[in-house]
Order: sequence, then structure tokens, then C-alpha cells
Amino acid sequence: MSHLMEIRDLKITFGGLDALSGLNFHVNEGEIVSVIGPNGAGKTTFFNAITGLVDPTEGDILLDGESILGLDPYQVTGLGIARTFQNVRLFPNMTVLENIMVAQHCRTSQLVFGALLQTAAFKKEEQEIQERAKEVLAFFGSRLVGYRYDQPAFVLSYANRRRLEIARAMATQPRLMLLDEPVAGMNPMETAELTALIGRLRSEWGFTIVMIEHDMRVVRDVSDRVVVLDHGVPIAQGSYDEVSTNPDVIEAYLGRPAEDQV
Amino acid sequence: MSATMTSSPGATSGVISTAPITDQDWRKLGKWGGLCALALVLVSLIGMPVGLDRRILIHPVLSLGYLSLLWIPLVLGFVVSKRIELEGVESPEPGSRDLVAGALMGLAGGIGMALFMVCLNIFDLRDPLVNWSPKLLELLNYGRGLSFGVVAWIITCCVLGLVGSSIHVVPAAVRRVVSYATFGLLSIAVLEGAIADLSEGFGLEFLTDAIYAKRGGITLVWSIVLAALIGVISVLTKGKFKAAKANYSELQGPERKRASRVLFLVVALLTLVLPLFLGTIMNELLANVGLFLLLALGLNIVVGLAGILDLGYVAFFAVGGYTTAVLTSADSPFFAPEMHFAVTLVIVVVFAGLVGLVIGAPVIRMRGDYLAIVTLGFGEIIRLLFMSDWLKPYFGGAQGITNVPGVDLGFATIKGTDPRSVFYLVLVFCALAIYVSWRLQASRLGRAWMAIREDEKVAEAMGINTVNAKLLAFVVGAVLASFSGAILVAKVGSVFPNSFMILVSIIILVVVIVGGMGNIAGVLVGSFVLIGILGGPRQPGLLHEFQSFKLLIYGALLVFMMLQRPEGLVPSARRSQELHQEEFLQDVWLKGDAHEADEQVAEVHTEENGDSKGQQEGGA
Repeated sequence: MSHLMEIRDLKITFGGLDALSGLNFHVNEGEIVSVIGPNGAGKTTFFNAITGLVDPTEGDILLDGESILGLDPYQVTGLGIARTFQNVRLFPNMTVLENIMVAQHCRTSQLVFGALLQTAAFKKEEQEIQERAKEVLAFFGSRLVGYRYDQPAFVLSYANRRRLEIARAMATQPRLMLLDEPVAGMNPMETAELTALIGRLRSEWGFTIVMIEHDMRVVRDVSDRVVVLDHGVPIAQGSYDEVSTNPDVIEAYLGRPAEDQV
Repeated sequence: MSATMTSSPGATSGVISTAPITDQDWRKLGKWGGLCALALVLVSLIGMPVGLDRRILIHPVLSLGYLSLLWIPLVLGFVVSKRIELEGVESPEPGSRDLVAGALMGLAGGIGMALFMVCLNIFDLRDPLVNWSPKLLELLNYGRGLSFGVVAWIITCCVLGLVGSSIHVVPAAVRRVVSYATFGLLSIAVLEGAIADLSEGFGLEFLTDAIYAKRGGITLVWSIVLAALIGVISVLTKGKFKAAKANYSELQGPERKRASRVLFLVVALLTLVLPLFLGTIMNELLANVGLFLLLALGLNIVVGLAGILDLGYVAFFAVGGYTTAVLTSADSPFFAPEMHFAVTLVIVVVFAGLVGLVIGAPVIRMRGDYLAIVTLGFGEIIRLLFMSDWLKPYFGGAQGITNVPGVDLGFATIKGTDPRSVFYLVLVFCALAIYVSWRLQASRLGRAWMAIREDEKVAEAMGINTVNAKLLAFVVGAVLASFSGAILVAKVGSVFPNSFMILVSIIILVVVIVGGMGNIAGVLVGSFVLIGILGGPRQPGLLHEFQSFKLLIYGALLVFMMLQRPEGLVPSARRSQELHQEEFLQDVWLKGDAHEADEQVAEVHTEENGDSKGQQEGGA
């Protein structure tokens, strides 16, 4: 059977440092996979490699059996992979609505002349862009709608910025969504809310999700499968229960028990 | 000089003294006093008083030369006695303490000036400082000897500082009347040429003949009459404009649309009809403003929307100009098809687009400062190519191409000798450029440009082909600039490489920045203020007396704007939000009360939903 995305022997070297070495990984359609691991394990580099921001040294990345290696980031997005960033990176001076509208760039096509001549096709597309943007924002309840549409993004609270970033990724109409620490810095209430939303992203919108997360409650609640990275190598994978009792994982996070070192 | 004093308020009327007058911020006073003296000396040394002395504003008493000095203590007096008002903290009533501050500041400036005059008398530094001349000294002491001059300047500066600071003290109504009268009178005096031209067009010469003296300047009697008139008008119109503006912004939906349409029609009609009543000089001026407006609108797309700091923008101006010259002129040295202007325009668009692509392709991959420096280089390369001996057989080298015909419309010919026709031609293209900017701003492409300006890397990760989008911005800007170049050449009738100096790029950039980056109205205002009033790189403006000090004023204005109003004269809402984020956040917070109530209700709901959903997911 073919996977939605498959990564073969991925190796990324920065100077003399192996950020990732020999990573094998796959995601099936409709799965939610969490990638966990201690700081510096190479999780974000892994995302950057998939989205084309970093060129792998060796290995291959396949989407639907086709290699996406060497494509520019915008082409990768066009093929249906969207991401959020660990340190929220919105377009702060654009309005909430514009942030979402601009993310539909790769799904739309009007250029200079459509805008200048105000063709029917242009107007229709603008209308669709706006409707879709509102539809996406409505997913987050009342938090990002109404008067929020026209507020610049820098006005938003931290949690709302995180939500808006997810909304922006949704607006690119992806098949695979990469969430980089979606609940980092949120309070328990907001975390619980977002955890539910991640579940709904799959059930209602049909996205396949790969998520980096440090909050183990979130990981436990939503993921079908957990992959643990340490020093650029996957050291375990399986269900949350399997992984959380795996001695290698515990060692990576907590270190070796004292008596073993003797 | 005495005119400014006569129109000054009855300085100390109704002053409430609260703090002892000796309770001064001496450091601040020292700083501003020194600054005042320095500014006075500097302005004297660059030759403004002598150079502008022949331009009389109010017939026997005030010339532009004296005004260039006298405004300094007045404005600084206003500044030094200004208090920082903190919200929620009770600030002391402005009182005699502030007046003393202003007077002391003026005193310091006056003493500085007096010392300078003494130095002028003793030393001769004419070699490095060209304006260190007896003529300057004579002018400064009103031709009545050094001792008179020294005393006069100390007293004058002191009084002016006092007057400046008294602006804070007098009641608001008085302040309003006096400031309107002063500024109105000065504008009428300074803009004498334009007003005379305008009244001639409407057949009202007798008015200007009466108001202005033969050798220039308003006569003393009329200046008093006019000041009184303006004062009365300011009282009568008080609050009317604000009310009208508030009314307009309160309108909604179709009514707003109708009001905007009426406003647009009025402005359009005015721009169409007004030139008919204007003389050659004013039309020439308007045509120049239009040419630079066209350039600035193009650069606004490149810099203001897409955030590409292009310092070599003049290259496209040159390409448009040379393409037109080669294709239309009979004297084109290598290839002279003598085409019609309209046909040429099509080729100009194609050519400018191509050059935009060729220059853009290598440049666009760079960011920020690097991009600015490389574009700067390309701008010069294009000019040097046109000037080079290598391409002389094609473009005529430094001699350029002459004998470019005007635009033949069948019933009339548009050419430089009839600036009115040129203005109408420019107007058409400016309207086109405004339309293009306006439509693109609110389109898919405009949003992509904005995203690139905000964060290029994220824009690319969100599916925008940044290279293509930036190239498109470059090309659109190039095409607008090339139109301007084409019209310029048709207007002037010749083209020389020296018309495309790097200074042109910089002045256009200053127009965009001072006007308000990213805002069409801002660019409009910017080009009227800078090109119309001060003048372009070679084109005289309304204040053609300032020709030799133009670059200095440009620079000073740019520094002042960057410090005091970085968003420009007419900023786009977005940019003022960006540059005043804290104030904006505070506003949102203050206005947010109404929303907050709704939000809290909504929050409770979503939390309930979220929790139950979360449990379901967890259970599953």
C-alpha cells in the first residue's frame, strides 16, 4: 500500500552537525501523527525539510509516491502541504481576513489584467476567496469573526494568533498539515479547546496531520501514532502507550538511571 | 519683520501665574537656546538671507531673506515652552514661567547671532565660507552699524521667543485667529507668482495689482486688511470643516457612495477646468508635478506595496525617454522610423517591461540593503550606457537625441511650448496610474505583495511564488516610469543622459516617503508639496527662489519627517498602525469594551463545547 507521504533515509547536515541522520517516516491518509523528542532532536528541521525550506543532504521525500525534493516552498504548498511555525509568524500588519485570503494564493489564478479590467472571473474569484476565508475563520467559533476581520493581526492575543496561523494553513487547502507546537504557550483551557479542534480538523476537514508537540496530554489525546526523535534518529514509534513505556524514550527524556551508569 | 510682530497676540493678557518663574528646566533651555543660535548662524552662512533678500513679502518691511531667519526663534520658542502632557496626570497651567522660558531661549539665540556678527566683523573667512561677506553683515545689522545690529538681534530674538511661547498661554480662540492670519498672509505673500497667474486667468488682475506692490510683496495697508479678513473668515468657519468631515465619515452604504462620487466628480472637474484659467508657468508647473506623480505612483507600487527598496528607479524613466526619442525623432542617429507617439507607447511598454525583467531577475533574489545597493548600481549603469561612446552611434552619447516631435493628435499637437496640453496628457496617464494602483492594491496580487513585504519567507511557505510576484511589481513600476519618461521627452523635445541622474531616483523616493508610503493620496500630496512647491531636480517649483537650497530643504524635511511623522503627510491607515502600534493597541483596548461583553459570552459557549468535544475525543 502506498502512503500519503513517505520519507526515506533522510539526512540533513549543517556543517559538521547531523541534524537528521537516516530518518525513515511515513504518514497514511487520515492519520494524526505526533513527532516528539527532546530539544534539538531535529523536529523542526524535519518540518523545514518537508516544506522545502531546507535542502536535505541525502534521502528522499515522497508525496503520493512522487519525490518533492528540490521543489521551492511555494510549490510544496501548492502540492498540498501546509504548515504553521513554532514561533508564530503571521503577517502582522495585514488584517485577520487578509491573512487568510492571501494564503489562498496558490489555489487562485487572477493576475494583473483581471484586477484592472474587473472581469467577471476576477470578481467571482475574489468573492470565493472571501467566502472561503470566512468559512475557515468560522471554524474557530466566535474568536476570529465579525469585527475581528478588519483588525490587524498584531492586535490579537497570543492564543488567537496561534489559531489564526492554523486557519491560514487551512486556507491553503492542504492534504497534509504540519503543526509545529500548536499549543505551546497556551493555558490549560485553551489547550483543551485546541486539542478538540485538531481532532475536528481531521474529522470535518479531512486533513492528515503531523504535529510536533511537547504537551503529552495533547499527544495522548489526539495522535494515532507517535514518533520519537532523538539526535536526528527515530528511537521509537507506535501508539502513545507503547512509546510512553519504551525505556529508550524515557532515557532520552530523563537520562539513564544512576545504577546503570556504574 | 515688524509685520509678524504686529500680528502677534497681546502677549501676556490673562496669564495665570502658577509656578515661580525661576523654576526652569535649565538644561532644556540651554539645549534649545544653543540650537537656536546654531540654526541662525547656519542659515546665515549658507547664504539664505542674502540670496532671498530681493524677494519681498510685505512691501517695505519683510523680505523672504529675513523671514528665513526670523521663523527660527519663533518656532523654537513655541517648542521649548511646550509641556509634555501625560494622560491622567494634571499638568500645570501654562503661565508666565513658559513665557520666560521662551524669552530666555530667544535671548540665547540672539546672543549667539550677535557673537556671530561680531566675528563676521573681525575675521575674514571668506575663503572656505563663501557667504562670510560684509554684505551679510550689512544685511544683518540693517545697514546701521554693528552695535545697532547686535542690540536689535538680541531684542528681536528675545521677543520672537516670547511670542512663540505665548502661543501656549493665550486663549484658544485668539491662538486660532492669529495663527490663521499669520499663515494665510505669509502664504499669500510667498505664493505671489501663482496667485497673480491665477487671477490673471480669471480676469482679476486689478485685485493683484492692488494687493501687491510693484516690486513684489504685499503692501503694508493691504497686509493689514488681508490679515483682518483671514482672521474674520477663520472665526466664521470655525468647526465647519471638522463637522463636514465628521458628517462624511458617518455616512454609510449607498449615501457614502453617493457622497464619494460627488466629491470625485468635483475634484475631476476642477483638475480639468482649472488649467484653462492658468498661465504658461503654472501649467508647466502642473505638468512637472504630474510627471513626477506618475513616477512616484509607480515607485509606490514597488516600494510601498511590495517592499522592494529600488534606488535605481530612474533607469526605467530613462528607458521610456530614450525609446520614445529613438522611435519618433528624425534626428535619431542610427534608426529613425519617426513613428507616431501612440505607436511608440506600445513599444515603450514592451521595452520597459523587458528591461524591468532583465534588471529585476538578478536583483530580486536579494533582500533589504543589498537589493537597494544593487538597484542603485543598475540605475547608474543605464545612464552611463546611454552616455557611453560605445553606444554613441545609437543614442548620441552626451549630446543625446534632439528634435523629438510633440504628440500629434490630428486636431492639435501636444508639445512643450504649450504646457497646458502636456498637462492634460500627463493627467490621463496619472489617472491610469492611480486606477492601476487602486485596483492592484485590493487584488490577489496586491495581497501577495503585502505579504512579501511583511515576511518574505513565510509568504513563500504560504504558497506565493515570491520571485514572480516581486518581478511583477518591478515590471508594473517600470512601465509606469517609462510612461513618464516618454511624456517628458515629448514635452522637452530632446533627451540627454544627464536628465536621468541618480538624484531623480532619490527625489522620487523622498516624495513617496514624505507623502506617505503605500497610500495613493499620500503620494499625490507628496508630489504637490515637494515638486509643486519646492521643485524637482531640474524643474523649478512655486518657490523658485529656493532653487539653490532645494536639496538642503529636501534633506531637512526628510530628517524632520522621519523623526516626527515617519508615516508621511497622508499616511495609509496600515502604516500609521504599524508605526504607532502601541497607541493603536491602546485605542483598540479602549474601544473594545462593547466587543468585550459579547466576547465573554461567546467564550463561555466555546469553552463548554470545547470541553465536551475534548472529552469525546479523549474517550474515543
